[in-house]
Formats: sequence, structure tokens, C-alpha cells
Amino acid sequence: MVTAAAVALEGVGKRFGEGPAAVQAVTGIDLTVAAGEFASLIGPSGCGKSTLLRIVANLIEPSEGSVLVNGKPASRARLDQDYGIAFQSAGLLEWRTVQGNVELPLGLHGVGKAQRREQALELLDLMGLADFASHRPSQLSGGMQQRVAIARALARRPALLLMDEPFGALDEMTRERMQSELIRICAETGAAVVFVTHSIPEAVFLSQRVVVMSPRPGRITEIIDVPLGARDEDVREAETFFATITDVREALRGRSPVAEEGPA
Amino acid sequence: MRTQAVWAGRIFKGVWPPIIFGVGFLALWQWFVEVRDIKPFVLPKPSAIFDQLRLQHDTILTAARITGENALVGLALGLVVGVTAALLASRVRALDDMLTPLAAGMAAIPIVALTPIFNTMFASTSSTPRRLVVAIYVFFPIFVNTLRGLRQIDPVHAELMRSYAASPWTTTKVVRLPGALPFFFTGLKIASSGAVIAAIVSEYFGGLQKGLGPAITSAAAASAYPRAWAIVTAAIGLGLVFYIAAVLAERLAMPWQRPQGELS
Amino acid sequence: MLVLALVLLAALWELYKLVIPADGVRIGDTLILPRSDDTSMPHLSQIFGAFGKQEVAGAGGTVLSSVISSVWYSLRLAAAGFAVGVVIGFLLALAMQRLRIVERALLPYVVLSQTVPLIALAPLVYGWSGNLTLFGLDWKPWMSVSAISAYLAFFPVAVGALRGLSSPPPVQTELLRCYAASWWQTLVRLRLPASVPYLIPALKLAAAAAVVGAIVAEISIGLSGGIGRLIISYAQQATGDPSRVYAPIIGAAVMGLVAVGGVSLLDVALRRYHTHQEGTW
Repeated sequence: MVTAAAVALEGVGKRFGEGPAAVQAVTGIDLTVAAGEFASLIGPSGCGKSTLLRIVANLIEPSEGSVLVNGKPASRARLDQDYGIAFQSAGLLEWRTVQGNVELPLGLHGVGKAQRREQALELLDLMGLADFASHRPSQLSGGMQQRVAIARALARRPALLLMDEPFGALDEMTRERMQSELIRICAETGAAVVFVTHSIPEAVFLSQRVVVMSPRPGRITEIIDVPLGARDEDVREAETFFATITDVREALRGRSPVAEEGPA
Repeated sequence: MRTQAVWAGRIFKGVWPPIIFGVGFLALWQWFVEVRDIKPFVLPKPSAIFDQLRLQHDTILTAARITGENALVGLALGLVVGVTAALLASRVRALDDMLTPLAAGMAAIPIVALTPIFNTMFASTSSTPRRLVVAIYVFFPIFVNTLRGLRQIDPVHAELMRSYAASPWTTTKVVRLPGALPFFFTGLKIASSGAVIAAIVSEYFGGLQKGLGPAITSAAAASAYPRAWAIVTAAIGLGLVFYIAAVLAERLAMPWQRPQGELS
Repeated sequence: MLVLALVLLAALWELYKLVIPADGVRIGDTLILPRSDDTSMPHLSQIFGAFGKQEVAGAGGTVLSSVISSVWYSLRLAAAGFAVGVVIGFLLALAMQRLRIVERALLPYVVLSQTVPLIALAPLVYGWSGNLTLFGLDWKPWMSVSAISAYLAFFPVAVGALRGLSSPPPVQTELLRCYAASWWQTLVRLRLPASVPYLIPALKLAAAAAVVGAIVAEISIGLSGGIGRLIISYAQQATGDPSRVYAPIIGAAVMGLVAVGGVSLLDVALRRYHTHQEGTW
């Protein structure tokens, strides 16, 4: 039996507004993310990467094309809660405890009280936050709040994680730590991830494939395979790592003939 | 333990300037009246006022109880109607469009002037006219602030709820209502002190001659100025009691909020 | 939509008169819904008709002219009080912004004063008239009314002005420090324009407070000529002509709307001035 692709986009486009003032946010998107695969969307502002993520999440309707998540139409997948999502700002509810926040998606979909508690604590343990279960969001640092948001995204053990620049507001050191955590968690849960970022090293470190996008209109220009094996801290200093970063950077710049003359 | 000491130190630091000012002001007042031989009808001595408070405390308390009851009943009524109206207006756009400009207009109008109308509608020997005036006076800050709170929602929370395929009612229950609490309490603080003010002022418009307002007027008419000022002090005390009760209610209902500065 | 709301209210009024029994609705002994007979709740036509009647049968002007002149009288008193309250409130806010110790000592009182019924002091000011001489001026009764208006207008202005003057973020105040700007220059170029969005709502509150203060003060002092006195005297005549008391109350409402509307006009004038400033300096 073939496992359905986590995400299958065919000919997807999105237009905002009407007539001459219309903005083509994305156009002609063909992309398949396999089950368990980690794919990043990277590109400059206005390339439509966040819009694309929201189309997959069924928060925005595409103007054309088909969107399948886990083999189903995106709206069905949302109703079935097949994915978890994390945004750039953690968006924790300040009136709930950390535990209460992780329990939110569970409570909304009828999971019983005792079971909710157990699952939430398990997830917090996975993120290393078990000691903070009774704290309030205002008592946590930005990095910790974001970890709670990720724990919340994992609450229903989804096959797909959608993440919109979740580490964008964090400092570099915390960012690198969170990236390693994320890799560990994905390995343990086997979830596929679509990860929006504008940091090239982040995209290369995390993903199996980097989807390079460019703006006006938003489209995919290139998809780059990342030839790195298991990701650990040593990878950050490997030559292949830097080479792939250069590869992505050049793809972002458009691979002009002038650039290709430089050393590989 | 150290944080407790720091905290106590901060309170002291914040509290001594107004206390020193208050004490100094009273001392200066006392001295000024004595030295310049100011007649009581202009400004009585603080010591004389304090004496009257002690001597007349029975009469004063009875009057305060009556005014306080009117304020409380009116506050409760205005609260219930105000919150209900805000809940309805947040769902029914037409109601919002009608009530909000009305509320803006009513803020400019001396609502207490309606008392004579109510005095003719009900018997002028009943307390209902005053309680109604208080209720109307209280309705507007509660309505305006609660509606504002219900209408606003953090965009991240809105997207999160949509990703959970949550129904509009669930979103209201889980996010809008708790998010509206701070706004409701802003309105409640205004309303609770306003209730006492409206209760006293409505007493000046005729009707039953019990309560703090008429007590002040009759004391002034009898040229018993220290007594009049003593009753005024009691009225100010009543207002403070209501306000402090509202502040306490706020702290109890929203334990997740850090104490806010006075201007925020 | 506001018009629709008013029309609905009017319809509700007449509907109530139609549906509810003349004696009102009682639970036990207490009247919980008001009486609906013509004495307690005159028809809307009667209410508006009252304006046209003569004030004193067969002599003098109409009720309307009486209401208008009373409103004009009270409005001027409230305006005088408003002006004094605004000036003093603003000066206090300046002092509090300049000297932190003044803010820390006084602000709690100013904030708390908004929560307490200062209006209770109104009857006490009565004793001043005829017996006090201030700066060579005899204290006239109308000054007591303006004083109370000033008193009530003062507090919202002080709080709003302080908030506004303190509103510029550090990034802007630090910029002006880099230009070696004096406190006065910073005030005029940065703090004053920045305080406009806070001042306007505060001024509206103060205007409404000044109006209420004037009306209540007139009643407790017994000052004739103003709308407050008119309300009381018509209310006392209510048994003879029940619809008459609505006239000065409507007048008082109009007075409040005019006062707040005046501030809104100022808002329009200032807004334009404020946005133009960005180009000129």
C-alpha cells in the first residue's frame, strides 16, 4: 500500500483583489511533499511562501489548482485535524497555563480530561518543558513560548506539521538549539514538515529538500536536494553544508551567468 | 524571600510621596484655617470635620447605606443589561450600528437630569427612579468597553482557531470571552465609581430625602459646615469602596495579569 | 442607523403606553414597570407640544424660548468653568511630566478623584456667595457654579494631558536629546503634538463633566436663570402639566451635545494642523 503524500499541490495559484489592481501572490505551484519528509519554503519577502503555507492549511482558498493533504482535499484535512500549525508568534492564550495551552486542540476535539492531561504532559516532556506545566505564558521566555506552541502543534500526533517562520523572533543561539530539537522530534514522531523560513542555513540544516521561491508573481524557481545524512551539531561545520548553502543562495539570486563564473 | 523584600521596597517607594503629600496637605489646611481665621462656611478645619465624623457616624452610616444600596442595585442592573447588549451587539451588526452611536451621544448628556422624569413615572417616594438612573449611567461604560473587548481578537488566535476547524461559538467561548475580560473590567471600574456618583447626584433632583446627597444639602442649609464636609468625606469613602471592590474583582478574575501601572 | 435607533425608541415609547396598563406593573407592592398613563408618560406629541406652550398662561414667552435662554446661560457658566479647569489641569500635567516627584505625589490623588463623587461638594460651595472676596472681586453665585464645573473638568484633563505628554516613545525623545533640544523645545515640537490624540477624548469627558457640574451646582445653589433651576421648577409643576418637565431635560441633553460637539470641532481643526506639521518642521 502506498502511503499518501503528505502534501500534493498541482497548478496552485492565488490572486488577491480584482481587475487591474489584482495581485498574483502565487502561481503555477507544483509541489509534492512525501510522508515524513522535511521541506522548507525559502524566498525573499513577497514570494508567497506564507500564502502557500496558508493555502495548504486551508486558511486561504486557492484561486486555481488542487491541494491535497494526506490524500484528501485541504478542507477535509483541516476538519479531520490532519495537521498541526505553528506561527511566528507563539500565540499562546495568556489566561491558560502552559499545560492548558497544549491541551487546547485536545479539548476542542472531545478528548477527555484525564487523557488530555496525560497527553499534554507527555508532549511537554518531549519538549523538555515538563517542569513548566503550571506556569503562565507571561512567565516564559520567547523561546520557551515557541516550544510550547510546537508542543501544542504536535498535540494530536499529526502526520504533517506546518510552520511559518516559528524561530524568526529568536536569537541565533536559541534558534540553533530549537532547530536541533525540531529534528529530534520529527525523527521521533515521523511527521512530515513544511517549514517557511528566510534563513538559508536554517533551511539547509533542517530539510531534505529546499524549495526556492521568487516574487512577482510568487512561484517556485528551483527545488534543491540537501545531500546531508542524519543531522547533528557536526553537520553545521561540514563542507557539504556550506556548499549546499551556497547552492541555495545562488538559486535565490537567480543563478545569473556572472555568478556561475565564481568558484564552486 | 529576597523578591518579597524587593517588592515591599517598591511599594513603599511608590507609596510614600502621595502619603507625605496627603499628610502635609492636611496639616497645611489646618494651619491655614487657624492662622487666617477662616470661617467654617468657606473651609472648616480638618480636625472639626474629623470630630463630626466621629460624633455623627450613626446618621452618616445610615445615609451611606441608602445611597450605597441604590448604587449597588443600579450597578447590578446596568451590568447585566450592558453585558447582554454587548454580547448581542457583537453578533448582530445592526444592533451594534444602532447602539454604538447612541452610546457615544449619551456620554455627552447629563443622564442624571432624567431623574425628574422617572420620579413622575414611578412614585416619587420609591427608590426606583434613582436606581434606574444609576443603571442607565452604568450601562454605557460597561456596554462600550465589553463590546470593544468582544470585537477584538488577536489575529494569531483567530488563525489558530480556524486551523482547529473550531465553530464560531467555540472560538467565542475559548478565545473571545477570556480575551474580553480585561476590557470588561476597565468598564466595570469606571461603572462602579460612576454608580456612586450617579446615585448621589440623582438625589439632588428631588424625591426621597434620605441618602448622602440630601444630608449634605440639609447640613449646608443649616450652616453646619463641618458636618456637611464630614458627610462629603463619607461619600468619597463610599465611592472608594466601590472602586476598590471592582479592582479586587479584577485581580481575582484575572490572576494571569501582572499588576498594571495606574496610567496603563 | 442612529436615526433608526431613535425611531425605534420612539416607537417603543408609544407601544409601551398602548400595551402596559395605566397603573404600571407591580410585583407585590413594588412598581417594577412604570405607569403608562398620560401623567406619568405623556405622548410624544404632548412632549414636543409643550415647547410651544406659553410659560406662564397668557404672559411671557414660550417654554421653548425659556429653555433656550436657560441653556445659553448655563452653557456660558459651564464654558467658563471648563476653560479654567482645562488650563489648570494642563498646567498640572506639565508639572507632573517635568518633575517625577510631583507626578508620584499627586497622580494617585488625581486618578482616585475620578472615582469619587466630587459633585457631593456642590452644596458646600453655596456658602461662598455673598460672603467671600477673592482678589478684590466679590464672589458671586454664578462663580460657584463655574467653580464646580472647573473642578470636575480639571481631573480628566490632567490625566489625559499627562498620558499624552508622556506618550512619545523613547526612540523619539532620545532623538531630540541628540539634537540638544531643550525641555521647552521638546515640549512644543514633540510632546504637544503627540498629546493631541489623548487630549481630545479627555476634553470631551471634561466638557460633559463641566455641563453636569453646572447643572447640579445650579440646583444645589439655587441659582435661577440656568437650566438646572428650570428642570426643578418644572418638575415641581408636574402635577399641573406633566409633559412640561421634558422640555428643559431635552434642553440639558442638547446642552451636553453642544459642549462635546464643540470639542469635536476643535478635534477637526487640530487634526489638520497636526498632520500638516509633519511637513513644516
